[in-house]
Amino acid sequence: MLQLATIATAAIVAGPIAAGLLGVAMPAFGIIPALGSSSLSLDAWQRLLEQPGLLRSALIALASGLVTTAISLGIVFLFLASSAGTRLLTWVRRLVAPLLAVPHAAAAVGMAFLIAPSGLIARALSPWATGWLRPPDILIVHDPWGLAMMAGLVVKEVPFLLLMSLTMLPALEPARRIAIARSLGYRPVTAWLKVVAPGLYPLVRLPVYAVVAYASSTVDVALILGPTNPPTLAVSVLRWFSDPDLSMRSMASAGALAQLTVTMVALALWRVGEALLARGGAAWMASSDRGIAERPMAVVGPAGIALAGGALASALVGLVIASLSWTWRFPNLLPDTLSSATWSRAGPVLLETLATTAMIAGPATALALAAALAILESAAASSRPRHDLTPLFYLPLLVPQVPFLFGLVVGAEAVRFRPGYLPVLLGHFVFVLPYVLLSLSEAYRRFDDRWLMLGRTLGASAGRTFWAIRLPILLGPCLAAAAVGLAVSVGQYLPTLLLGAGRLETVTTMAVALTSGGDRRVVGAWALAQALLPVLGFALAVLLPRAVWRNRRALRNTS
Amino acid sequence: MDHVLRLDRVLIALDGVPLVEVDAEVGPGEVLTVMGPSGSGKSTLLAYVAGFLDPAFRASGRISLDGEELTGRPAERRRIGLLFQDAMLFPHLSVAGNLTFGMPRSLDHRLERARAALSDVGLGGYEDRDPATLSGGQKARVALLRLLLSEPRAVLLDEPFSKLDAALRAEVRELVFGRLREAGLPTLLVTHDEADVPAAHATIVHLGPNGAVGPRRPRTA
Repeated sequence: MLQLATIATAAIVAGPIAAGLLGVAMPAFGIIPALGSSSLSLDAWQRLLEQPGLLRSALIALASGLVTTAISLGIVFLFLASSAGTRLLTWVRRLVAPLLAVPHAAAAVGMAFLIAPSGLIARALSPWATGWLRPPDILIVHDPWGLAMMAGLVVKEVPFLLLMSLTMLPALEPARRIAIARSLGYRPVTAWLKVVAPGLYPLVRLPVYAVVAYASSTVDVALILGPTNPPTLAVSVLRWFSDPDLSMRSMASAGALAQLTVTMVALALWRVGEALLARGGAAWMASSDRGIAERPMAVVGPAGIALAGGALASALVGLVIASLSWTWRFPNLLPDTLSSATWSRAGPVLLETLATTAMIAGPATALALAAALAILESAAASSRPRHDLTPLFYLPLLVPQVPFLFGLVVGAEAVRFRPGYLPVLLGHFVFVLPYVLLSLSEAYRRFDDRWLMLGRTLGASAGRTFWAIRLPILLGPCLAAAAVGLAVSVGQYLPTLLLGAGRLETVTTMAVALTSGGDRRVVGAWALAQALLPVLGFALAVLLPRAVWRNRRALRNTS
Repeated sequence: MDHVLRLDRVLIALDGVPLVEVDAEVGPGEVLTVMGPSGSGKSTLLAYVAGFLDPAFRASGRISLDGEELTGRPAERRRIGLLFQDAMLFPHLSVAGNLTFGMPRSLDHRLERARAALSDVGLGGYEDRDPATLSGGQKARVALLRLLLSEPRAVLLDEPFSKLDAALRAEVRELVFGRLREAGLPTLLVTHDEADVPAAHATIVHLGPNGAVGPRRPRTA
């Protein structure tokens, strides 16, 4: 039964990925059954290569994948190194989940409001420091190097990598490791980097790869903050694909494969970097160097966290102000007149869209949680997993959405499968599952199996031990995983857009579509609405276990 | 009721290398102690008798309880109770919930039974307590009651006292062995610590580091 559920899930994940990649590979090489062409050709590639700025698009995507990840991971590791065992860590730990709840697009919109020439930062510094009485004519958002885009990504990936690291850390017993190193004369930050970091990195490697893949292929953040002329590769491909001229399809497919290649190259380069660092690092680890640049390193981590967290928090505040503003002349930090008109005007559509969003995110998350439990149960039941399918479920984290989804749409058209609710639900499920699995598997690994053995010797069947022992004890982690899943689902842009063929509007597709319109009041309201459901989800994940287990001390603070 | 646990030429091997070999009969109220250093396969033997043997191991021989063959029967239908070195009270259930969890389904007045059993060991009025709020000794007593109230026919002890502090240890050990003897339960104890072994009615089998085996036939100390 469990085995069956696991295999079915594997088919649901692997089937579309294989079909999707096939669906882009065929048109890219000239095979388009719908247009009656079935001979191999490289025309599409030739046209792709003739596109102006292609190399630049690809290089910015590559750089974004590597730079974003390196900065985010650096901040997280240095922060953990310098805050180990302090009150600061406890405090940040509480803030990380709500920050994670903000979808990528909402964070990007907030960042745009913050750093734009007419944004909050410029207002706060004008005119007393800058002398500006009018927004300066400089390109900050949509800058040609993609710096704004990378900043927007870093702000979102720092909380993600921090949460993943915090989940894995207890397994390493960092306090004991550091105590030993410090008793041997190592300064605290150096001690952490030498004895905890090498153990932690392998445990968070998968989330790190996911960040590399995401940052090199993002569409929604690139649309809001990224360069425009030329845009990043993923955005260009989306444009060609949506072109009414169907002959653009084959070039779009070749572009999608190019995007896949860029992401794979980014991952390969990251691995090379890992190997180089491991080689150089091994010597340093074993050396008796007890502290290099201890002070600067102790400052950089917390400063980076403060900067990223502060930016994200002020971005949210900026969204609130923008959505409530009416008239707002430039150097004024706060609006001249306030009004709730934006909200009341958006209200009816907003509610309807929120309902649609919940109708997709709720079932997708519930299905993903059930599937994750089935996968983990069946893995736990077979002690020597010879046919472990688990790596397969993480594949959607590493395959860029662009080629995969385009291929799927092409394939669906070929078999006349209509886009709509079910394909969107399925698409969300495929992308939500790995995050739910990632969040839940550590709790599963740490679960003491002796409870289950005891249950069995007390006469409970394997099924009853799952429902009456495992599930109640893991209530907190299950809800936390569901909250992450819900946030991921609400934040999905491309799957909703492409698999729903525009028939299903979620808060995310609306928010991204409205950003090009430019009324900052409306955009602010919709970006905030994006964060609403995930924040609700995370709040429930914290409060529900506390309420249910208010008389059970051992289970109250699991998440 | 008197129960007899028989390990009939039990041999457990890993990758063809014999790990544990035991041939013994444990009568009502008797304790068979299996001693050996860690890695000698003590816990593997317990897992085999309880019905949790990892499929990586190969086991031969038969286990029977009161003449009934148990080999191959699922753990929940063997009626062999288990005590670990940690009390392992279910953290999501109340003290009474822990006790009623393992009671046979056919039993009436389950809560009353739990209540009576608790006051019998000096824990009267504790039934609604959160197990996390109990002291180490109290937890050990609740764990023992949970085991007894599930009406097992034999008991397995996995270093059951090694995590208790010295003062508590003697007291809990006496209580556990006293109750098990009273209930007439054959007991299989694995430990690396001589101090865990009860003074009377005990047979000791020593396991060597790699499958060396103690006496084939039980002797009564």
